[in-house]
Amino acid sequence: MDGFRYLGGVATLELDREKCTGCQVCLTVCPHAVFAVDNDRRVQIADLDACMECGACANNCAFGAITLTPGVGCAAAIIRGWVTNTEPSCGCSDDVSAPASACCGGAPVATGEPLGSDQPQAPA
Amino acid sequence: MTESTVPQVSSTLSAADTIARWKLRWRISRDGAAVSPGLFRIGEPSAESPVIVTCNYRMTFDLVRRDLGGLDVWLLVLDTRGVNVWCAAGKGTFSSRELMLRAALTGLERYVSHRTLVLPQLGATGVSAADVRATSGWRVVFGPVRSRDLKAFLAAGMKATPAMRAVTFTFAERMAVVPVELVGAFVGWFALIPFALLGIGALVSWGGAAALIAQPLAAYLAGVIGGGVLVPALLPWLPGRALSLKGAEAGVIAGLLAGLVLSAPPLMIAADTLLAGAVASYIGVNFTGTTPYTSPSGVEKELRVALPLMGAASVLAGVLWVVQAFGG
Ligand code: SF4
Ligand code: SF4
Repeated sequence: MDGFRYLGGVATLELDREKCTGCQVCLTVCPHAVFAVDNDRRVQIADLDACMECGACANNCAFGAITLTPGVGCAAAIIRGWVTNTEPSCGCSDDVSAPASACCGGAPVATGEPLGSDQPQAPA
Repeated sequence: MTESTVPQVSSTLSAADTIARWKLRWRISRDGAAVSPGLFRIGEPSAESPVIVTCNYRMTFDLVRRDLGGLDVWLLVLDTRGVNVWCAAGKGTFSSRELMLRAALTGLERYVSHRTLVLPQLGATGVSAADVRATSGWRVVFGPVRSRDLKAFLAAGMKATPAMRAVTFTFAERMAVVPVELVGAFVGWFALIPFALLGIGALVSWGGAAALIAQPLAAYLAGVIGGGVLVPALLPWLPGRALSLKGAEAGVIAGLLAGLVLSAPPLMIAADTLLAGAVASYIGVNFTGTTPYTSPSGVEKELRVALPLMGAASVLAGVLWVVQAFGG
């Protein structure tokens, strides 16, 4: 994407070509064009190092042909996971005051009354 | 049920919407980050009109309704607790379950004659089209990544071009998160760091000039600017792939400049450079939370190498300051 490349040789993505039916759903959902159609109409992993392990492909392959360890590629989440000895998780919906948690582009959750004055109103 | 029970939302953004967006960007206020979930009308949709699905993060909701202006469509807003689609899908709130629940709660099937839902592509991490189809009969179509492509996508008969399917990380997109990054560096316990550094500066340069006392703090601020502003701005041009490395490079440049501008003695310039490099490296690697291309395996790998180096550089910076203070 735009010439951005991240560390290579680390992605956990695997494709079981025996199970692949060539439905191409993975091509649709992958935001990094990791898959490509093969000449036998199945797909192949064309660009493994572009994979950010989001899991969209495995989640939507109805034939179980794709396996990976999905997760958030976010340092704050991973450090938090190490410190608390839990799964890495971005704190954007529960702990917005966490330092340096710019995960989610600063998408914090509403506390209390969620509706602003200019909210959609039901017509009378 | 008649259509009039479904609230209509405007596709033009008001000044209040703009103010709300800036409050979120600068972390001034979290109030209003979530809008109410449910079914909304944009224009005058009929039973054949498409159903567009989004999350209830205010910034997203505002962009989507703006980009759908001029169309007659249904807008189904899922309850993601005020979090954007991408992160909510990763966290499991933008999910197959919430989608089916929200469709059922709003009685969506009574308003439309078709069974197609258009979802943002980045929701695919949380929503399985096959599961939704099997469980509820709704057919999920993954639309473009960006809402601004929705009109073209619908006009083309729900076909996305490869460009619509790819995430981007343009200069504008990178700079949009700078406020969040910067404010993040001074939130919570981090807010105490500048005071601690002023204290250290006063201790090691006791009775010295203000420019000397301010050294550690200046180095820290240089690191924050290096990691929080230079890294996003210069992302494609900073050498290397690891974000911690890019951050360190930006911090070293900023720290060196800070030391030179304050005309510090050589050892202090070295210390400034080390601390700024470590700080910028930390902020830089945290930028992986914003970048749409970093894998968790990669982030883990670079953290294992970079965190000890950051610690070592910070300690060495402290030692150099003390040596300079007592030896110089
Ligand atoms: S989604 Fe699964 S079955 Fe379909 S093309 Fe991709 S790997 Fe093959
Ligand atoms: S995990 Fe995400 S980035 Fe990797 S191949 Fe699948 S959809 Fe693409």
